[in-house]
Amino acid sequence: MAATARLGEQAGPRKGTGRLASRLTPWLLLLPVAVSLGAVSVYPIFEGLRLSLTNTSLVTQEHDFIGLRNYEALIADPLFWNAWRHTVFFTFVSTLAETLIGLAMALLLFEHFTGRGMIRAAMLVPWAMPTVVTSKMFGWLFDGQYGLVNYLLRSVGLIDQNVNWYGSIDNAMATIIIADVWKTTPFMALLLLAGLQTVPKSLIEAARIDGAGAWSTFWNVRLPLLMPTLLIAGMFRALDAFRVFDLVYVLTGGGPADSTETLSTFSYKILFSTLQFGYGSALSTAMFVTEALIAAGFGYFIMRKMRSAR
Amino acid sequence: MTGSRSTLRSLLVYAGGLLIFAWSAGPFLWQFSTSFQYDAALTQPTPTFLPSPPTLEHYANIFVAKSFHRYLWNSLVVAGLTTFVCLAIGAMAAFALSRLEVKGRFGILGLILSVSMFPQIAIVGPLYLIASDWGLLDTYRGLVITYVALGVPLVTWVLFGYFDTLPREIDEAAWIDGCGPIGLLVRIILPMSLPSLVTTGLLAFIAAWNEFMFALAFTSSISRQTVPVGIANFTNLYYVPWGDIAAASVVVTVPLILLVLFFQRHIIESLTLGAVKE
Repeated sequence: MAATARLGEQAGPRKGTGRLASRLTPWLLLLPVAVSLGAVSVYPIFEGLRLSLTNTSLVTQEHDFIGLRNYEALIADPLFWNAWRHTVFFTFVSTLAETLIGLAMALLLFEHFTGRGMIRAAMLVPWAMPTVVTSKMFGWLFDGQYGLVNYLLRSVGLIDQNVNWYGSIDNAMATIIIADVWKTTPFMALLLLAGLQTVPKSLIEAARIDGAGAWSTFWNVRLPLLMPTLLIAGMFRALDAFRVFDLVYVLTGGGPADSTETLSTFSYKILFSTLQFGYGSALSTAMFVTEALIAAGFGYFIMRKMRSAR
Repeated sequence: MTGSRSTLRSLLVYAGGLLIFAWSAGPFLWQFSTSFQYDAALTQPTPTFLPSPPTLEHYANIFVAKSFHRYLWNSLVVAGLTTFVCLAIGAMAAFALSRLEVKGRFGILGLILSVSMFPQIAIVGPLYLIASDWGLLDTYRGLVITYVALGVPLVTWVLFGYFDTLPREIDEAAWIDGCGPIGLLVRIILPMSLPSLVTTGLLAFIAAWNEFMFALAFTSSISRQTVPVGIANFTNLYYVPWGDIAAASVVVTVPLILLVLFFQRHIIESLTLGAVKE
């Protein structure tokens, strides 16, 4: 891709146009995106960092510099650690489940059979649906009184009494994980399927000729070649799962008794319910740093895998 | 492979396929059926799968009592404008990175992508204060400006990937004919990229249509709130109106599903472009 010569590097555009103008054009074309991202993403991140060092609150109308006191309060705040634990648990379990189930789905769809196109189309439904709608839909499916899930489980005899799903401390987190896995796994499967399709057919055939069974072809040929795709897809999923907001906010609001509170919902409440923008910014900055660490961790792993594959 | 083994194998594959289909479509089909059932039928101990008799009362409820069309209109305006701006500025950036002389273009592309990975909760607070200072709270502009920045990295990335597959000879021919860079982009590259622009636009549209957190924080009146905020607020005092919620879900999701099914091949290609590039 990079090897192809670009126009500007060749004879330069029309004779007569100044070199300065032709050099400026690409930067002028990049300017709107730069302004947009600078104003809406980059600047607010730094502004958040600054706010996190103040006691800004829309209630008291204070905005004084207080150094690292917000971060000290954060480390001592049991509600923060509660949300932190839930978020890490949610991220780990849902990413793992989504990757494994997604891989199984992708391997299945790799087979040729009639109706495959229709199934692949149906798999885009959970992805395209607004997350708020997904939350409400699972609220209805898992309703404690009239929910379809309770009815089906009762019909097949797995439970004798209706289970209180997202209304109870013990099951609420599981319900949210199920909803998230439902929504994101099919898309994960489609990504992995695209990855599988890049594995050269000749390699699979060579393995078969050498007498490898389906299982050993999978472990020794397909899986290693799929690894980069698996890691990249897993990273994006983990980063996304870590900031889960819509699902929790709409389905349980973080309850019951804070049992599903995650870092995003907790930060949102501190910001917009208590209006403590200083403390809220310390929280979201802590989240930003954690996300950067997750990305760096995955990135390092991916780089090493790719280098060893060369 | 013996005959009976391969029969068993294809049976298993079909069973698995059916399972994936039920997983993907089942919950929404139930939501669809729910939206046409009377509340009395919904609160029976045994659910009915096919509405009998069917009713449109939930659809009447959401449009008459809950003014759902206003949320729909707000969403349409915000997502439409966002898509348009994203495509315009994203195409300019992608064109510059793919066709013109830019030092460190992959660095710039990487930077644009990494910005899109910032957790949104980290910018919602500061942005709220900025929007409040500039009088952008509870306006379409405030939401569009925010959504453009959230959507444009993916748009730039996907369009860059597409532009880069167009042959370079076109550029040379255009150059010789006396086309400037802008002429090249507007008169040649963009018309050639229509399919890609449509799919990329669809992705930006879906993202803006579905966004919840910023809409929740930045809007406060029904004249500006978008569909996700509207649906999230659908609760009655004493009970949850599941039928109404189902009807609203169907109204906002069915158009998306139709669009996605129509463009599915392109969508999968665009989105997997980044992940599987060798």
